[in-house]
Amino acid sequence: MPAFGTGSGAVALRFRYRKRESAMTAVFLGIPTAPRDVGHLRGDQSFPDAARGALRDGQLRANLGHATSTIRAKRARVVGEVPDWAELREAGRAIKAATMARLDEHLIALEEQVTARGGTVHWARDANEANAIVTRLVQATGADEVVKVKSMATQEIGLNEALEAAGITALETDLAELIVQLGDDKPSHILVPAIHKNRSEIREIFARTIPGVDPELTDEPRKLAMAARTHLRERFLRARVAVSGANFAIAETGTLTVVESEGNGRMCLTLPETLITVMGIEKVVPTWRDLEVFLQLLPRSSTGERMNPYTSLWAGVTPGDGPQDFHLVLLDNGRTAVLADEVGREALHCIRCSACLNVCPVYERAGGHAYGSVYPGPIGAVLSPQLTGVEDNASLPYASSLCGACYDVCPVAIDIPSILVHLRAEHVEAQTRTTPEAAAFRALSKVMSSPRLWHLAQRAAGLGRFLARGKPTLPAALPPPASKWTRTRDLPTPPRETFTQAWAREHGR
Amino acid sequence: MTAREEILGRIRTALGPDRAAPAPIARNYRTADDRSAAQLLDVLTDRLEDYKATVLRCAPSEVAQTVASALQATLGEHPEADVVVAPGLPADWRPDGATEDDGRPAVELAGYAATVTGVSVAVAETGTLVLDGSPVCGRRALSLLPDCLVCVVTGDQVVGGVPEGLARLEPLAPLTMISGPSATSDIELQRVEGVHGPRTLLVVLVG
Amino acid sequence: MKVALFATCLVDTMVPQVARATATLLERLGHEVVVPAGQSCCGQMHVNTGYRHEAVPIVANHVRAFAGAEAIVAPSGSCVASIHHQQAAVARRAGEHALADEAELLAGRTYELSQFLVDVLGVTDVGAFYPHRVTYHPTCHSLRLLRVGDRPLQLLRAVRGLDLVELPGADQCCGFGGTFAVKNADISTAMLTDKMANVLSTHAEVCTAGDASCLMHIGGGLSRLRAGTRTVHLAEILASTEEAVNPQQSTKPSVPA
Repeated sequence: MPAFGTGSGAVALRFRYRKRESAMTAVFLGIPTAPRDVGHLRGDQSFPDAARGALRDGQLRANLGHATSTIRAKRARVVGEVPDWAELREAGRAIKAATMARLDEHLIALEEQVTARGGTVHWARDANEANAIVTRLVQATGADEVVKVKSMATQEIGLNEALEAAGITALETDLAELIVQLGDDKPSHILVPAIHKNRSEIREIFARTIPGVDPELTDEPRKLAMAARTHLRERFLRARVAVSGANFAIAETGTLTVVESEGNGRMCLTLPETLITVMGIEKVVPTWRDLEVFLQLLPRSSTGERMNPYTSLWAGVTPGDGPQDFHLVLLDNGRTAVLADEVGREALHCIRCSACLNVCPVYERAGGHAYGSVYPGPIGAVLSPQLTGVEDNASLPYASSLCGACYDVCPVAIDIPSILVHLRAEHVEAQTRTTPEAAAFRALSKVMSSPRLWHLAQRAAGLGRFLARGKPTLPAALPPPASKWTRTRDLPTPPRETFTQAWAREHGR
Repeated sequence: MTAREEILGRIRTALGPDRAAPAPIARNYRTADDRSAAQLLDVLTDRLEDYKATVLRCAPSEVAQTVASALQATLGEHPEADVVVAPGLPADWRPDGATEDDGRPAVELAGYAATVTGVSVAVAETGTLVLDGSPVCGRRALSLLPDCLVCVVTGDQVVGGVPEGLARLEPLAPLTMISGPSATSDIELQRVEGVHGPRTLLVVLVG
Repeated sequence: MKVALFATCLVDTMVPQVARATATLLERLGHEVVVPAGQSCCGQMHVNTGYRHEAVPIVANHVRAFAGAEAIVAPSGSCVASIHHQQAAVARRAGEHALADEAELLAGRTYELSQFLVDVLGVTDVGAFYPHRVTYHPTCHSLRLLRVGDRPLQLLRAVRGLDLVELPGADQCCGFGGTFAVKNADISTAMLTDKMANVLSTHAEVCTAGDASCLMHIGGGLSRLRAGTRTVHLAEILASTEEAVNPQQSTKPSVPA
């Protein structure tokens, strides 16, 4: 904060700190983070740079502002009508915390149950291993095309690209994912990957890319949805292999759950002979009863509906009903590294509702692409840097004003602001050389912990009056980092005397 | 080391040697409902209609007739054989001339205009019907492929909230929870009904 | 009651009139105000920027400065929230358990101004007079961390002559966020722009809040726009009376000559 004129050229005061007693980090423990050569967890630019570009896109900002304000109002209405929301939220938080505390046991139970019901369980250490497993499973069926249910995990690991490299076409069937795929674009939201596109842009993409589409297609949402139905119908009916994610997996019964709206999920989960579900290991929940909590929290937080149109649940294979060949791929890809951080592990509680994105003032203005990861918004800003190691996404923990709106709406009460602050510290403490910022903050710490030095520094700040040359505000053109403030806001001229000085003078001290 | 052993090992390392027992989970949310059966039927009707389902109430003796007239209103004049029903659907619920699902390849069900099934449970507060793959509900593809879905719900199947609903279900069955017709919010986060699943949902409430 | 005033580093250094108004107000309500000379900062800026170790000696200084105080009041929701939610935690993480315990005890006696007035002193009408059209911005940390709720509005409604107008999108962050304002200056400015648009739409003469930092941000933006609306801290409004209506502006427009 430039308001303090304690000198940007502060001398790096040597300052000794007590060694941390709780240095339990993934790096220290040797638990690997998500690999660099694959997947979509890292961006090409830092957040401030990417956001600067996004801010100039007036269409994007209008689309996002409209969509997020619509969903915020819907969510508030359906959450407001639930008298026991606070109790459900607390139960959701507690179930997730209890699950993480015994994650190994629940995964073993899940594996046993899925296997007992005719499914096959695979374990994937990282994105590359998961992609290889899925590719091999698809190749074993002889199919060269798979239909996909929207899944964050498969986006994260870059499964579509891996399949494509093996000559297998992956067809996204969720409407928004289809829009993104046809538009050769990237998803920008957890729930609505095409939130950055408005109806007329979507019409244009469909008109350009869907073979044989009605040339009279309008931008009416219902007409656009119909165009997607027609486009995908025949592909669903001929599909032999489907790939899905999972919202929840119940350890005690082996039941998998996919929550959706359109029916594309049901098509994929029901019609093909082979179903491959890729699931992050943190999606397991211990008991059947736990679902009664999450099936209330998720739809209201997510789409602002009392219940989403379709939820599918299945345990292994059911003779005569649905896929007869079921594979479950349990994915780590950095999750165990997140688990190793006692503060940060709460990010694994996320049920991917995206309520935090919809209320975030930073997300609303920057859009999802600026985060560089498939997980954007507040939850992405705490999840992505932990999955990759904080140095690979070092700007994300700072991509928040810490306003706390995300924590308020989170259905499982993830304290995102506290994790952001924690990750900022992890980043700072990972630096091996002293940055100018660190030098300044260390000097300021020394100053602020000594009343004598603090009073001297305050006097020095008062010298800013000379810059103002009698004006009530400082000049707009100050050197960096003060310029980052003064480019768009005035800075008041520091007063002649601080309050504490004046008070001491008046009260005779 | 296998991936399984390695991941489980990482989890154990991450959680550390002395793990505290997880705190007990306080389930202080509602798990029962003191509303009367009639009130629950009204709530269910309201919620279903809110999501653009059509609700028809009838007496137990009028089911087949109500189903037939609802199909007539939706499909217009149609061949009786265009309607397929779950194999366990009671005879007195079936519209005349309907085909029974005989386990033919699932994709062939796409050729029918409408399906009639029962349900396992209905949750009033969320307007949710649950089909459990039993003979009266049919296999999952049956309630998915035809464009019009008719579900017959009896009064004793209606519960207040989600916890009561889940408590009545068999977790190992292939379950489908249906709340209104297929819909999407993917365009500007506005809900529009009708994408890949049935675009019309007719609910016959008995009693 | 003997009240120890924590001016906060920002107010003390940049907008001392806010601390002065707080003292004036509390004295007018019949309380003795002391201003511990050893005070500096709560440590929030260090914690929130990632320098939690470096925050520990600052916390220690704060605890030393206010040791033994019966009640501590600060005209800043954000700093009080940090005292409540961060000080003990950073001390504990650094292994300074005794300091953490002391910080926790002190936090229990530390109040944001509007909470102190309404909850501890039990007053909503502080006898103020402020004949201006005013809109209130509920700063994020007051709103979501301290849950001050409508206490500031209760206080403002009781001010004679004051015309209180509702701020559209009030719960939206102004974009300040401490070092966020410089590390993500463009997003911060975009948020500020929308906040200012809402403030200006009220045609209020004054935008008030319980946090001098957010007001410096909003006021700095309004001043740059040459807007007539200015920012005034809640304490300054509550300190004003018929005898002394002299609110100083936090940021006066710097119109070139």
